[in-house]
Amino acid sequence: MDTILEMHNITKVYPGVTALDNVSISIKKGEVHALIGENGAGKTTLMNILYGLYQPDAGRILLNGKPVSINSPREAIALGIGMVHQHFMLVENFTVAENIVLGHEPRKGLTLDMEAAKASVREVSDRFGLEVDPDARIEDISVGLSQRVEILKALHKGAEILILDEPTAVLTPQEIDDLGEILQNLTKEGKSIIMITHKLKEVLGMSDRVTILRRGKVVGTVQTSETTADELAEMMVGREVNLSSDKAEKTAGEVILSVEHLTVKDHRNLPAVKDVSFEVRQGEILAIAGVDGNGQKELVEAITGLMPTESGKVTLCGKDITGANPRTVIEAGTGHIPQDRQKRGLILQSSLTENLILGYHYRPPFAKNGRMDQVKIAEHGKELIQEFDIRTPNQEVSAGSLSGGNQQKVIIAREFYKDPSLLIAAQPTRGLDVGAIEFVHMRLLEQRDNNKAVLLVSLELDEIMNLADRIAVIYHGQIVGVLDAAQATERKLGLMMAGGTSEDKGDVS
Amino acid sequence: MTTAIFISLLTSAIRLATPLLLAALAGVYSERSGVVNIALEGIMTSGAFFSVWFTHVTGSAWLGVSMGIVFGIITSSLLAVIAVNLKGNQVIAGTAINLLVTAVVAFLLEIIWHRSGSTPNAPSMLTTNPLKFLEGIPLLGTFFSQLTPFVYIAFLMVGITFFVLWKTPWGLHVRAVGEHPRAADTVGINVYRTRWICVLISGALAGLAGATLSLGTVGLFREGMVAGKGFIALAALVFGKWHPIKTMYACMFFGLFSAFNILAQSFGVDAPTEFLAMIPYVATILVLIGVVGKAQAPKADGEPYEKDEK
Repeated sequence: MDTILEMHNITKVYPGVTALDNVSISIKKGEVHALIGENGAGKTTLMNILYGLYQPDAGRILLNGKPVSINSPREAIALGIGMVHQHFMLVENFTVAENIVLGHEPRKGLTLDMEAAKASVREVSDRFGLEVDPDARIEDISVGLSQRVEILKALHKGAEILILDEPTAVLTPQEIDDLGEILQNLTKEGKSIIMITHKLKEVLGMSDRVTILRRGKVVGTVQTSETTADELAEMMVGREVNLSSDKAEKTAGEVILSVEHLTVKDHRNLPAVKDVSFEVRQGEILAIAGVDGNGQKELVEAITGLMPTESGKVTLCGKDITGANPRTVIEAGTGHIPQDRQKRGLILQSSLTENLILGYHYRPPFAKNGRMDQVKIAEHGKELIQEFDIRTPNQEVSAGSLSGGNQQKVIIAREFYKDPSLLIAAQPTRGLDVGAIEFVHMRLLEQRDNNKAVLLVSLELDEIMNLADRIAVIYHGQIVGVLDAAQATERKLGLMMAGGTSEDKGDVS
Repeated sequence: MTTAIFISLLTSAIRLATPLLLAALAGVYSERSGVVNIALEGIMTSGAFFSVWFTHVTGSAWLGVSMGIVFGIITSSLLAVIAVNLKGNQVIAGTAINLLVTAVVAFLLEIIWHRSGSTPNAPSMLTTNPLKFLEGIPLLGTFFSQLTPFVYIAFLMVGITFFVLWKTPWGLHVRAVGEHPRAADTVGINVYRTRWICVLISGALAGLAGATLSLGTVGLFREGMVAGKGFIALAALVFGKWHPIKTMYACMFFGLFSAFNILAQSFGVDAPTEFLAMIPYVATILVLIGVVGKAQAPKADGEPYEKDEK
């Protein structure tokens, strides 16, 4: 295969940080090249340079052997480089065809020639087997389809090299399989694909070669067929990574959280949690397993006081907290790592220091007689940043400027500082890279080993099997069964998550 | 007799709706591109005043109208600078423009005519039907005879606006910029230029709406003559879901209730005039609450666009 693109000795320095240090990478025509690395390793910066969004401080780019300078996305597109952003660049209330031709519309006199637009979209869609309806509105189609529209948009503009930024982060397993097929179709037609990701499973399943970045440097480029997940993880993180954690044997102690016959209605006023009862004890992790949207969010929000309770009772350390406001729930001894860290977990515009005291900002030593003690608050921030290894230029940057993994560390640091009797962790590793996942798992187990109670809500079966002592499966707002982790198998859990109960597990073949 | 009343009610409704319609269309352009235009009220005032002034200066009402439009554009460029380039808060910028125009106009009244409250009568106005041949149509002739040139222009603009925003490539750009400016930017559409053009068009139409109020009705400018019509136009815009044709219905609705009010007063209906004067406003509020449902504004409406935001 011929080399289509080379990036030589690219260096990019931001005040205080070297984002890319002498990075070189070459892409062959017709290959899927995965670019992996932890959050903040420089993958996205490198691709933004290729797409003309940033200018490198040093280094050069060769396209088909000729040096090029790319000063804007427009120039990148003209050179045949297309990008599918992680956050889609699609106008929600436009049709597929309108989105695709936006910026280079076919014309008929004064008017936009919609028929020609649709025909050309259909033509490109058919050629690559994308099966996209040009008349559908973006707001009506699934995330997976929206991503195809993004790919189609780049192809329609004549892209030869496609950059996909975290393409699987938002997809369901079925959609991920479909994406794999689409990528195959594209490479068959001679397109080259650069895929930014940190999910090793998909790297192994979809790519031909892998380049690993760590802290702005290339660690190596390997053939996918000659490597393993463990090897890649080690190259990414720079040390051996333990993807399955060891747990000490432990007997559960007293009941910390008790939920009895809890019913919660969602924002459409329909019951989302129906008559749910369970207990979480000292020194155990109870995991709630289930497919997304089966009432997990409402369950957690009702316990933490973020949503009203319809009926039932919630008791924490012997105190009735049913329908209590969030502050009462926190003061009774709850820590909460929310599912959506950007909406519920952090104030993105505020500094790390400020984010690190949320929830106890009104209490001594941080506030006294209605005044904030800025000195104490700053010290507190500095300590937590060090203790939890939050990678940040300084403690005054806004939480929104950190990578996802580091944002999660901020939340974990804050919630652990409360020393909660009960820690509720809702999808705590969503969107994190392997190093950060390992960190979160370690911390959750530490909490359990310190004889605290942990309620873990997760969509990842691997994670649940790894961490939980007991597993409750939720389906359509009801707990269909509670298993000891020792008895649970992926198959058993999978069946229960689809609505079967733990009793009929033996009968299904 | 009843036909005559009906026709006069209808023409009166249409004439009352005309300035609102032009102002609401002004809002369609600006808000579809993502700039909230609270300044409609002030731009209308500006158009109303300068069109009268230049009619005095030139003797021609049409030249006056043109200058009303020009000053509408000048006033709106202030909003464009603040909203698009300086990325200021659009609601505050609009409010400031409204206050500024009121003050400037009062000041100019003193300087030019040494009086306050209103200008002298303009030497020429545009209150008669320009298309005389339509008056020959039986029955409808009376209807057309009571229309002003502004009425024709306003309703023509509805069609033109729909065509421009929904049928041309540039219209697609405008709507993309108002919904998802970054998506528009990544495909090479100049977000800032598009918004500038839309705000200026908005200024031209709102200036014309102002001229409708002065030269199209009483033939002079009076302080406070806009009387919240810029805001009613904004309500009509929401009511009409930022769509020119639906917005037209909304303006007609308000015009009709205003006409009812005038008719009721002229028939000496036994109710306080203040109460009757409330009718169009109350009706608007009720409809906004009850019938319209959730209005979907352009997603980036009111949000300044930052190019290098990560």
